[in-house]
Amino acid sequence: MNVLVPLPVLLPLFGAGAALALSRHPKMQRAITVAVLSAIVVLAAALMVRADQQGPQVAWIGAWTPPLGINLVADRLSALMLLVSAVVTLAVLLYSIGQGLTDDDSEAPVSIYHPTFLVLVAGVSNAFLAGDLFNLFVSFEMLLFASYVLLTLGGTATRIRAGTIYVVVNMLSSTLFLISIAAVYAATGSLNFAQLAGRLDDLPDGVSLTLQLLLLTTFAIKAAVFPLSLWLPDSYPTAPAPVTAVFAGLLTKVGVYAILRTQTLLFPDSPLSDLLMWAALVTMVVGILGAIAQSDIKRMLSFTLVSHIGYMIFGIGLATEAGISGAIFYVAHHITIQTALFLVVGLIERRAGSTALLRLGGLARLAPLLGILFFVPAMNLAGIPPMSGFLGKVGLLQAGLEVGGWLAITLVIGGTATSLLTLYAIAKTWSAAFWRTPEQAHDIAQSLAAPDPEQDSGDSGARIVRHRGHVHVGATAFGDREIAAARRVVDDESSDRDLHQLLRDGDLPSRLPAAMVGPAAALVGVSLIFTFLAGPLFRYTDRAAEDLMLRSPYLEAALNPDDTRGDPDSGARGIGGDG
Amino acid sequence: MSGNLTLILTASFLIGCGVYLILERSLTRVLVGLLVMGNGVNMLFLVAGGRAGSAPIANEYPPAEMSDPVPQALVLTAIVIALATTAFLLAMAHRSWQLYGNDDVQDDVEDAAIRRLAAADEASDSHDLMSQGVDLPEDDLERLREEETA
Repeated sequence: MNVLVPLPVLLPLFGAGAALALSRHPKMQRAITVAVLSAIVVLAAALMVRADQQGPQVAWIGAWTPPLGINLVADRLSALMLLVSAVVTLAVLLYSIGQGLTDDDSEAPVSIYHPTFLVLVAGVSNAFLAGDLFNLFVSFEMLLFASYVLLTLGGTATRIRAGTIYVVVNMLSSTLFLISIAAVYAATGSLNFAQLAGRLDDLPDGVSLTLQLLLLTTFAIKAAVFPLSLWLPDSYPTAPAPVTAVFAGLLTKVGVYAILRTQTLLFPDSPLSDLLMWAALVTMVVGILGAIAQSDIKRMLSFTLVSHIGYMIFGIGLATEAGISGAIFYVAHHITIQTALFLVVGLIERRAGSTALLRLGGLARLAPLLGILFFVPAMNLAGIPPMSGFLGKVGLLQAGLEVGGWLAITLVIGGTATSLLTLYAIAKTWSAAFWRTPEQAHDIAQSLAAPDPEQDSGDSGARIVRHRGHVHVGATAFGDREIAAARRVVDDESSDRDLHQLLRDGDLPSRLPAAMVGPAAALVGVSLIFTFLAGPLFRYTDRAAEDLMLRSPYLEAALNPDDTRGDPDSGARGIGGDG
Repeated sequence: MSGNLTLILTASFLIGCGVYLILERSLTRVLVGLLVMGNGVNMLFLVAGGRAGSAPIANEYPPAEMSDPVPQALVLTAIVIALATTAFLLAMAHRSWQLYGNDDVQDDVEDAAIRRLAAADEASDSHDLMSQGVDLPEDDLERLREEETA
């Protein structure tokens, strides 16, 4: 049995217990959490090297005779996901510690934050390592329960409202998962992935199609694939910045990972590939159109998150080695980039008091470092060459062109259009929040609030068009809600102020705390490492995809527990893949 | 494998009731719906376990007569998770009641905005919204009244 494999799950659970017991000693809590997460980074890196060189690492829990017990499997895909998620969670935790240190009157009860965060990490690790369907369900529940607590931290009105929807949707998907598990067990008599792989092949087509549809629907809710994505943009932005960051980065990707695992291992000759492709196309397009319509940076990013899930589903739907490899690369890239962006948006909120475009302006001059920190990952997200976002998209589009056929070509066109529209949404945000001066922003708010737009438009120099309940100003459209907000902002009596007023009154924090900027900058740096190491990383994901398509490395390792270590075959495969 | 028809019918009845309750607005009813549905799903696990037999205790009965213990273990886990779920949702319903005086599931922000947008689009000069009984939030009604008097 391989001792390394269960540790990424066990360590955070023990850490959570210790942190909860020490809830009166915040310094000890912080030390424990940081130590545990750092240890997981090292463990995950070690696992990744071993999985790459020696083939999948397997641990059988509880001393049952295999294949009766529960097993954890770390193959190349799991190990990579584990490493990326460990790095990201460590950065987010350091950021939230930085935030906690500077917030004296924090509205969140910090004593439960650290234990809950560790349980979330344990759930995510367990989901990546789970070797059977029920263990996957349990890890989903672990990370979901932690996420319920984190999302409703402090129990404010907006968080309870958003949390209710989030909790109910996820419980419904858990119930659906249970139904699928019962159906799978009834049909095959096993829940172990490796055993299922053989037995599902022998089932009648109709039965296996039903099981596949059930599982796909369950995971699509978690991964926020359209039309099952509608819960996401509403619930994520209300949480505290670091919580939103880790949710956006990791939780949807766990769903994508589950889809990837079941599609490749359990249903290799899937009749549903076309359905996945269509879902991917609609997810990309609808998501990005939603992002363009938003006038709040957090909501805009939540919609781009949904949209870019489409790229990963596209790669999975192609069901070729190049497609899977592209999808894995894109997942790794997107986890870092999306988390980094949400952390930076947290910094914007702290520096300028808001993330609504209506109230922002001139941040590029006010906080140049913040400008760079936002600009780099934002351009990376939009896919500007030579960054990893561009490379990942090129990999996927190439895979699509290789497959050919009108559906794949449509997806390639849709993917390109989505990339351009992402650039548009990002550029719009950039020009509103960073380029224009706070005075211009204030003038626009004033003219929005003015009862007669025609009179004021001449003074402010901004062209204003009213159309279908929206007000269009330059590149940005404002809805009724924003107009009402503009009225409140312009009213000097009210406490609702924009950046211009805050600057005028001198009520802004003059500097950002280094303890928050540091982790955010480090994560932006990590996302740039993907760009420089794209060659080796793509070769790694190619090998991971090859393993997934072959299925035999996983099956051999999981079903023959005795010769996992030093298996000459898998070692040779690793070296052969390098060439 | 042959299934037990009574179990299947009961399970489908419970899940159907659960779905109906989940479509309600009140969070406590949604919770009851989820619980009823969860019990239905647990019965499905009993169906998945196959023919009922003697208790699966080692050295008590011959293995061939035992019923399948795996689904029972799974159901046990599911029940524990349902307990935690219930506690959390009840706490949320209570908090919602503290904040709003009810535990209704609120509208999605975006949905509400779209509905208002649609209502505003229909509001031409010859079209009196309030007489049509369109359900608008209070601040919008105020705005419309202001516009009418202006």
